[in-house]
Amino acid sequence: MTSETVSEMDGWEVVIGLEVHAELATATKLFSGARNEFGGEPNTNIDPVSLGLPGSLPVLNEKAVELAIRVGLALNCSVQESEFARKNYFYPDMPKDFQISQFDQPINGEGWLELPDGRRIGIERAHLEEDTGKSTHVGGGGRIHEASYSLVDYNRAGVPLIEIVGKPDLRSGDDARAYVSELRSILVAIGASDGKMEEGSMRVDCNVSVRPVGEDELGTRCEVKNINSLRSLGRAVTYESRRQVDLITSGQKVDQQTRHWNEEDGRTHTLRSKEEAFDYRYFPEPDLVPVAPSAEWIDEIRAAMPLLPGERRHRLAEEAGIQPAAAALAVERGLDGLALASMDLGADPARVLVHVENNLADGQGALTADAFAALVSMETGGDLTATQAKTVLADLVDSGGDPAAVAATHGFETMDTSELEGFVDGLIAEHPDDWEAFVVGDEDERRKKSGFFVGQVMKATRGQADGRVVNEILERLAAGT
Amino acid sequence: MEPDADTSTPGRITRDDVAYVARLARLNLTDFELDGFTGQLADVLDHAADIEALDLDGVAPTSHPLPLSNVFRADVPTVGPAEEANHRLFCDEVIAAAPAAEESRFRVPPVLGEAP
Repeated sequence: MTSETVSEMDGWEVVIGLEVHAELATATKLFSGARNEFGGEPNTNIDPVSLGLPGSLPVLNEKAVELAIRVGLALNCSVQESEFARKNYFYPDMPKDFQISQFDQPINGEGWLELPDGRRIGIERAHLEEDTGKSTHVGGGGRIHEASYSLVDYNRAGVPLIEIVGKPDLRSGDDARAYVSELRSILVAIGASDGKMEEGSMRVDCNVSVRPVGEDELGTRCEVKNINSLRSLGRAVTYESRRQVDLITSGQKVDQQTRHWNEEDGRTHTLRSKEEAFDYRYFPEPDLVPVAPSAEWIDEIRAAMPLLPGERRHRLAEEAGIQPAAAALAVERGLDGLALASMDLGADPARVLVHVENNLADGQGALTADAFAALVSMETGGDLTATQAKTVLADLVDSGGDPAAVAATHGFETMDTSELEGFVDGLIAEHPDDWEAFVVGDEDERRKKSGFFVGQVMKATRGQADGRVVNEILERLAAGT
Repeated sequence: MEPDADTSTPGRITRDDVAYVARLARLNLTDFELDGFTGQLADVLDHAADIEALDLDGVAPTSHPLPLSNVFRADVPTVGPAEEANHRLFCDEVIAAAPAAEESRFRVPPVLGEAP
């Protein structure tokens, strides 16, 4: 269930397309040798190019191109010959009064990204551009419109960015979050970016429109900026789509606008309307020559790519005989390698995944695939109960070791069946009514009562009994054998 | 295609176009200048329009006169440990040259609206 399925949104479809900017993990800037690093002292990672000083000329960073190609390959884009263009505007965060970007010939053309649930989300393009400097607005409580002046730091100016423009294929805030989360995992996996939204190295602009369910034509969209976390993304989509539906249902219409998400009041606010939209007067950047990556170079980059999160989900799902979506958590936790290795050693896939999802939230720690496989085998072989296995697993994660030895230190000895039968006989004698209800009851009643008896046995044995075996004893006794 | 005296006229740059572009470029032009530049720009564009007379099917648009591509630099910082001291002097000099600065940052007048 998505966060949009509330009554006032009934009958409306939300359409979302995202533009994600990610800073590329290079050592230097896109067009000069100034350092690309986060959090340095203001205006220390600067040089004549970052400052747009007269006479300075850009020279393209090869590593940035390589990372951009990696992004393109990971997003199934066509990697193509490209050019740079000047995007002209006057704002102090770009001292040369234009940003070098790519316009009609981006390095990566159309592609797609697969969400963990298997849906493919279209990618329009993924192009290279330079980041801007960082402005801090002083006075007016830091609000842009009331600031008395601004302070500019050019450390970020010229840092390489990849702008990934998605198609309007997303339908809810949850979709949008899943997309950004998957995109971030991919960027991190291929070493293209650190993907840190909180440090601004990954930024999301969100195009939202609404239309009646069944309508093919897109509604008028608004672009929402200033979204700084996955949580804000979901909230902003919910707020903005409701705002648009409210406008339409009250007989007004949606104006095409750029809007600003305000985290504090949970609303979006008008920044500018379509009439005020900037005319950037794009034209080819005369100081840079085209980039025409050879097929050999692209192949070389492709060959060096690691497995992507989607490929890892499919690999684990195939091995474990589950749907790729069910393998998502294991991959997200980086435990798919451990799971696969222990399955190869004969561990039961279902038990392995249960442990990965429920008991290994903080990673594998000191746990090896050998120990994990041995532990799961002890559990499935009936030497350990599920509860005991969980305890042993926690120790193995903390300090490693051999599961049998760890189980012994906890005094986890298997209770043999005759001993358990003794406990069960005693309980039947103590609770004759419950026993009667179990024997003659319908399926529901039997389940309830077996739960009661298993619980009592667990209590009496301090959790050392195997619930499955107790159930077998109950069934056998009830059948009168 | 036959060169035709009328082909450039419908698209001919107007005084309003020039005023618009001047405004985007933050140029303050007098009426006299606007008139002069409109004529001059129109002549320049007419000259470029001569190219339309050529058969250019199958010729890719050229953004650059040089037959070059893939000019790169290695991803290596210009400033190594040895240059660090000089680099700091450069940074200080840059800040000192600014009309106003605060906490090593350039102080600029309030900007209306968000960056594009």
